[in-house]
Amino acid sequence: MTASAILIQFLNGLASASSLFFVAAGLSLIFGVTRIVNFAHGSLYMLGTYMGCSLVEYFGRTPLGFWGGVLIAGLAAALIGAMIEATLLRRLYQAPELLQLLATFALVLVIKDFALWAWGPEDVLGPRAPGLDGAVTIAGRAFPEYDLLLIALGPVVLGLLWLLLTRTRWGSLVRAATEDREMAGALGVNQGWLFTGVFALGSLLAGFGGAVNIPREPATLMMDLSIISDVFVVVVVGGMGSIPGAFLAALLISEIKAFCIGIGEVHAYGIDISFSKLTLVVEFIVMAIVLVIRPWGLLGRAASVARGPGTLEDPLRSPSRHLLALGVAVLGVLVLMPVLGDAYTLVLLGDILVFALFSVSLHFIIGPAGMHSFGHAAYFGLGAYGAALALKHLVPMEAALFAGPFVAALGAVVFGWFCVRLSGVYLAMLTLAFAQITWSVVFQWDSFTGGSNGVVDVWPAAWLGSKTAYYYLTLVLATAGILLLWRMLYAPFGYALRAVRDSPLRADAIGIDARRFQWAGFSLAGLFAGLAGALYAFSKGSISPEVVAIPRSVDGLVMVLLGGIQTLTGPVAGAAVFTWLQDTIARNTDFWRATLGVIILILVLAFPQGATGMLRRRFAREQS
Amino acid sequence: MLSVRGLNAAYGRAHILFDIALRASKGEVVVLLGRNGAGKSTTLKSIIGLLRPLSGEILMRERSVSRLKPYQIARLGLGYVPEERRIFTDLTVMENLEVGRQARREDAPYWTPTRLFELFPNLGRMQDRLGGRMSGGEQQMLTIARTLMGNPAAILLDEPSEGLAPVIVEQMALTIRALKQEGLTVLVSEQNLRFAHAVADRAYIIEKGHIRYSGTMSDLESNGAVREQYLSV
Repeated sequence: MTASAILIQFLNGLASASSLFFVAAGLSLIFGVTRIVNFAHGSLYMLGTYMGCSLVEYFGRTPLGFWGGVLIAGLAAALIGAMIEATLLRRLYQAPELLQLLATFALVLVIKDFALWAWGPEDVLGPRAPGLDGAVTIAGRAFPEYDLLLIALGPVVLGLLWLLLTRTRWGSLVRAATEDREMAGALGVNQGWLFTGVFALGSLLAGFGGAVNIPREPATLMMDLSIISDVFVVVVVGGMGSIPGAFLAALLISEIKAFCIGIGEVHAYGIDISFSKLTLVVEFIVMAIVLVIRPWGLLGRAASVARGPGTLEDPLRSPSRHLLALGVAVLGVLVLMPVLGDAYTLVLLGDILVFALFSVSLHFIIGPAGMHSFGHAAYFGLGAYGAALALKHLVPMEAALFAGPFVAALGAVVFGWFCVRLSGVYLAMLTLAFAQITWSVVFQWDSFTGGSNGVVDVWPAAWLGSKTAYYYLTLVLATAGILLLWRMLYAPFGYALRAVRDSPLRADAIGIDARRFQWAGFSLAGLFAGLAGALYAFSKGSISPEVVAIPRSVDGLVMVLLGGIQTLTGPVAGAAVFTWLQDTIARNTDFWRATLGVIILILVLAFPQGATGMLRRRFAREQS
Repeated sequence: MLSVRGLNAAYGRAHILFDIALRASKGEVVVLLGRNGAGKSTTLKSIIGLLRPLSGEILMRERSVSRLKPYQIARLGLGYVPEERRIFTDLTVMENLEVGRQARREDAPYWTPTRLFELFPNLGRMQDRLGGRMSGGEQQMLTIARTLMGNPAAILLDEPSEGLAPVIVEQMALTIRALKQEGLTVLVSEQNLRFAHAVADRAYIIEKGHIRYSGTMSDLESNGAVREQYLSV
């Protein structure tokens, strides 16, 4: 690269960093004070972009119309954010952290379908900024004027936020509540208003970040999840809750991405390396490196232990005789299903069994092992691709079915080694990062994985070819996997995992090597998720990168949380209900996401302990 | 000023407090004595609303506060100084005070940073110091000053002498007497009997979540059997 090319790429990086920083600063503020990882933050960014486009069209393409539109879009996002906090999240501050996450993800679904309804499925191209639609010549190259403005805007917003947080009483309250919100409450600080205010400010930043980007990027329905993963990375790399950290991380990541694009294809030592293809994954590599070296991000600090009434998990109980009888009865019905039900039911039940295994394996690490994984799809996907590619290149189907889980376990062993070094939100983000890395590799390695087309013609061997035969195979393997995972929780291995979750220090003191147990648990969960993936691949006959994508990981979380994390049967029930609901709703409405989102919200608000948790509680009350 | 009746509280399934009854009149310093784990901190946390009681009545100036949130109780004029101090370490001394600031109240002394720096001269000399960079004694002063910024009519002090050097403990006793002079009601929890004698008018003794004794400090002075049974280690 020439010096002028380097300069231009550098400026490009700076320009992209600004919007990313706004959104990340908003998420960081919200997380700092409320401790909620707000998945819907990306949706507010998306709304900001859509609303910005529409408002500028409405006001007219004049400088006043443009900037008026951008600002009002930001303010509208702030209002929506405040309403979400006041009507929904406020009811969930006492609920388990993962349930709050589920609620914000339900919002993602609802907002996505709202955007689909309001703006349609086509991308919306934004207007250029009037008065700034030209280019200036820098070092002999043209550079957009608007991007120069964005470069300046980043530090300006950073400065304003700094003033707000350090020079006003409200800022002191926000910082105090970030550190110890319970104490702030005991001093007379009304948390309700503070939280609503912080949500409004954070959402303003998200909406403004989206609206200010309209000359650079079209509004699409995909941008909510793509920005949220970028922003998670920025916030985690910078340090959760640190605004300067978010700024630094946004710069770092935008620059690295800009240079990856700038370098493009490199031919060295007879190998072609495509740096531009790296852009999808490079930020996650940065994050993985930063988290391993500085587990709390560049400018972050060790998270203070959340104060307040502790949420101790109830001990796992041995299944009662009634429950065992019910389990046997369900199995009996499942065995008879090929006689009782039609072909469609068999396929749906097969799916449910696969996802039950997936969700039980996820529950295994989230619940008893206390490791909140946001990226469990990685192992499902590795299982599916492992099996499909083994079938294509190496071995017959029967062997490929077991190659899948093996590949997944291998992936879990490698990724898990890093993950068990972290805990809490940081662990969750790292698992997400690894899933995203897996996804990018699968998506981009056309010659091996088939890229976005996936792998087709992945059918079971002839003797398993009939729907009934494959159903029985799924039934046997999924049930065996689920029972095995459950059995392990009542073995010394399972006790050790739970001991590490409940008190790492005490577990350490009695000689339990916490990391080794967590690593083993993580790998085992990966193995069984991989088995689910392999079964899935052969049941569908083809797979695409969707099996590794973020929504798949989130589906898993929804299943586990819907069922209730405190019980073993919960994830199975959750998987059944979720898969059935998704199937039913998707066949009956175009807005299945919103419908599903609303159902999840209602369930979360009605049963903050999950459905089975609620049932058990009611049952226990009747008995006592 | 402050009265507690039939208070029961629990952490999860562990029942900690059993039918606690307490009372503190205006301008009185009352001490809640007991060994480690007797339920002193839990009692104070239940009063300020950080722990929701299972049952019982907590009255602040004849008004029931048992169903209110901590910030509402604080705004009714009840201050709380936690055992672990819980200074905002990222905030300066002034900012810590600012977080505690509440509106002026007719029935309680009015505090400004200037007045507080007269009471705690040390703090006045380190107004821009970060809370995290202060010694334990300085933090203990700051946590009391921060609570006073809310202009409370009554305050709950959770083991203010714990972990402090003897000279600071003495200073703390002077501070509490000064607060009494101002007309504040003080409910203080303690293990240190000598400190209690230095500050308190009356005492309750709590053991295993039950109030076992109540009387004036001079009664307690003359009752060696009670001291032996519940307080000596």
